[in-house]
Amino acid sequence: MSDTSNTVAFVRTETIPQMPPPAAETGAIKWMRENLFASIPNAILTLVSAYVIYSILAGVLPWIFNGVWNAQTLAECREILDGTSGACFAVLTERWPQLVFGLSYPASEYWRPSLAFVLLFFAAAPVMFFDLPRKMLIITLFYPFITYWLLWGGTVLIPILAFAGFVAGYLVYQRFVAGSFAAGFFGGVIAAMIVWYIGGFLIPDGANQNAMLRPVASRDMGGFMLNMMLGVTCVSLSIPIGIVLALGRQSSMPLIKWICVVFIEFIRGVPLITLLFVASVMLAYFFPPESSVDLFLRVVIMITMFSAAYIAEVIRGGLAALPKGQYEAADSLGLDYAQAMRLIILPQALKISIPGIVNIAVGLFKDTTLVSVISMFDIVGMIRGPILSSTDWNGVYWELLGFAALLFFVTCYGISQYSQWLERRLATDHR
Amino acid sequence: MAEATQMKVSDKVAITIDGMNKWYGSFHVLRDIDLTVYQGERIVICGPSGSGKSTLIRCINALEEHQQGKIEVDGTVLSSDLKNIDKIRSEVGMCFQHFNLFPHLTILENCTLAPIWVRKTPKKEAEETAMHFLEKVKIPEQADKYPGQLSGGQQQRVAIARSLCMKPRIMLFDEPTSALDPEMIKEVLDTMISLAEEGMTMLCVTHEMGFARQVANRVIFMDQGQIVEQNEPEEFFNNPKSDRTQLFLSQILGH
Repeated sequence: MSDTSNTVAFVRTETIPQMPPPAAETGAIKWMRENLFASIPNAILTLVSAYVIYSILAGVLPWIFNGVWNAQTLAECREILDGTSGACFAVLTERWPQLVFGLSYPASEYWRPSLAFVLLFFAAAPVMFFDLPRKMLIITLFYPFITYWLLWGGTVLIPILAFAGFVAGYLVYQRFVAGSFAAGFFGGVIAAMIVWYIGGFLIPDGANQNAMLRPVASRDMGGFMLNMMLGVTCVSLSIPIGIVLALGRQSSMPLIKWICVVFIEFIRGVPLITLLFVASVMLAYFFPPESSVDLFLRVVIMITMFSAAYIAEVIRGGLAALPKGQYEAADSLGLDYAQAMRLIILPQALKISIPGIVNIAVGLFKDTTLVSVISMFDIVGMIRGPILSSTDWNGVYWELLGFAALLFFVTCYGISQYSQWLERRLATDHR
Repeated sequence: MAEATQMKVSDKVAITIDGMNKWYGSFHVLRDIDLTVYQGERIVICGPSGSGKSTLIRCINALEEHQQGKIEVDGTVLSSDLKNIDKIRSEVGMCFQHFNLFPHLTILENCTLAPIWVRKTPKKEAEETAMHFLEKVKIPEQADKYPGQLSGGQQQRVAIARSLCMKPRIMLFDEPTSALDPEMIKEVLDTMISLAEEGMTMLCVTHEMGFARQVANRVIFMDQGQIVEQNEPEEFFNNPKSDRTQLFLSQILGH
């Protein structure tokens, strides 16, 4: 009994110094006892799990390490294995160009998509990591046009014309946006259209034949390249469109609001496969009879619309999560609608929406394999079609589909890790 | 003090509200409001909750729409024309009960955002102005932090500095101390008092009656969407005329 318990009055004159925790509270053995063998049922579960993990690895690891990497056919592969268990990875090495570039992309031009792939990292870096110098955004700006030229080849005039159209549209937009946003926006669209229309006549007829890069048709593209092309294009298009749809759905102008609501609800209510069949079979009815819109473009339009509708709903959730006070503070400082959205509302709403947007982006990327259903030869289409149906490799399911799964897993896991980094990087609210 | 503050009030009109009515749906929140505010005047608006006092000052910078009557701020008539609304908003500063700082921007960025984008001030100049006002509210050392790292009182002072950076001619305060701990109320009130001493036109919705006595040159009492009584603070507190005012004052001063 200390004397403090006898009297009510008590004054502490010095602070108790900090002490290290007791020795038994640290160390690996302590950790194992607490987490693996805390009680008898707990210990049994630990042992059972260890046995399950062991049996899986005992089966899979020899199959992988015993794998054959050099063979021309499945029969030859089985001969080498001689009855032992082992994978036949030779199909990957032998059919590598087909898995990556598709069936009929000319082999002499493989450097073009490869270069486009390498450039993709330089173009994406300044968008994804905003600590990098802002000047790098110039690469991002030119990337779509360069990549179009690299992948499809043909005359360089087409990407230049496309770029000129965007420049003209931007200049007109800048000129009129001060008056009203609508005037700037539609003025810009019309200016771009005019440039493209006039430019179309200026490109000489035989330009594609004697071009520097040999032209490649969309139907000749396939393999994982096609998945990447669809994934990157559709994600980068659907995020801005999704933002516009989300803002439109909140608009106080009833017409705009209802257009957005109907669009979002309609697209969300239809399976992607249906939209893809529409793209491959029926979309031609919506275009003038003499025009032939590329199948790749039609598929891009459909997938973009599909994911834009979902992204719009995710962003709408982010917008709804912002306190009303943020809108009022922005208004009370005299910011106009565009400034308030761009500087105050969207940065915060998008930050909240990152997990949802990434979820949709990852889903979209994996959904690009659905194009195999409308006979485009993406990586799954290649595996199902030309490779598995060939007499040489009929029956190598595990290796091929496992490889496709691994490719998608690596990409999607990377995206997911990036999004977690981004969330930590943007956390400024210190809650 | 009272005399000195009286001197600064000019006869130039800052705000005129003429026969203003507002409804939320069919609920009549503001009824026949007539109010003239002169430049340099400091008005405290008090009243029970739901009496429409916040709604009244939020009508002045068009955060709320009014359906009838005329509001004229600094010679600009408030209409549905967006240009007029933005002009008035850039001349009228506002502080909110919950500060409403932008959590994704640093304190300095919070203060420079509107001058840069609305007033088109060069960034460097805007930063100098911002630091000047942050010093004035006595937190220049927090400039690079984010709002979430500051205490409530500090956040409210930043909010005041943010409004001042737009060099407003009129400041509106919507219960600026209601969400604060007692220890922090004083630092915010001190900032508001020093602002008042410099002759800023101020309309404050507040329950801080000590502040009203010290700073205001007019106290307005509202109930059920109407202005029930207005007077100089001495008269208002010592000799309230209406029964409703007497009841209100006895309730908030009685403990």
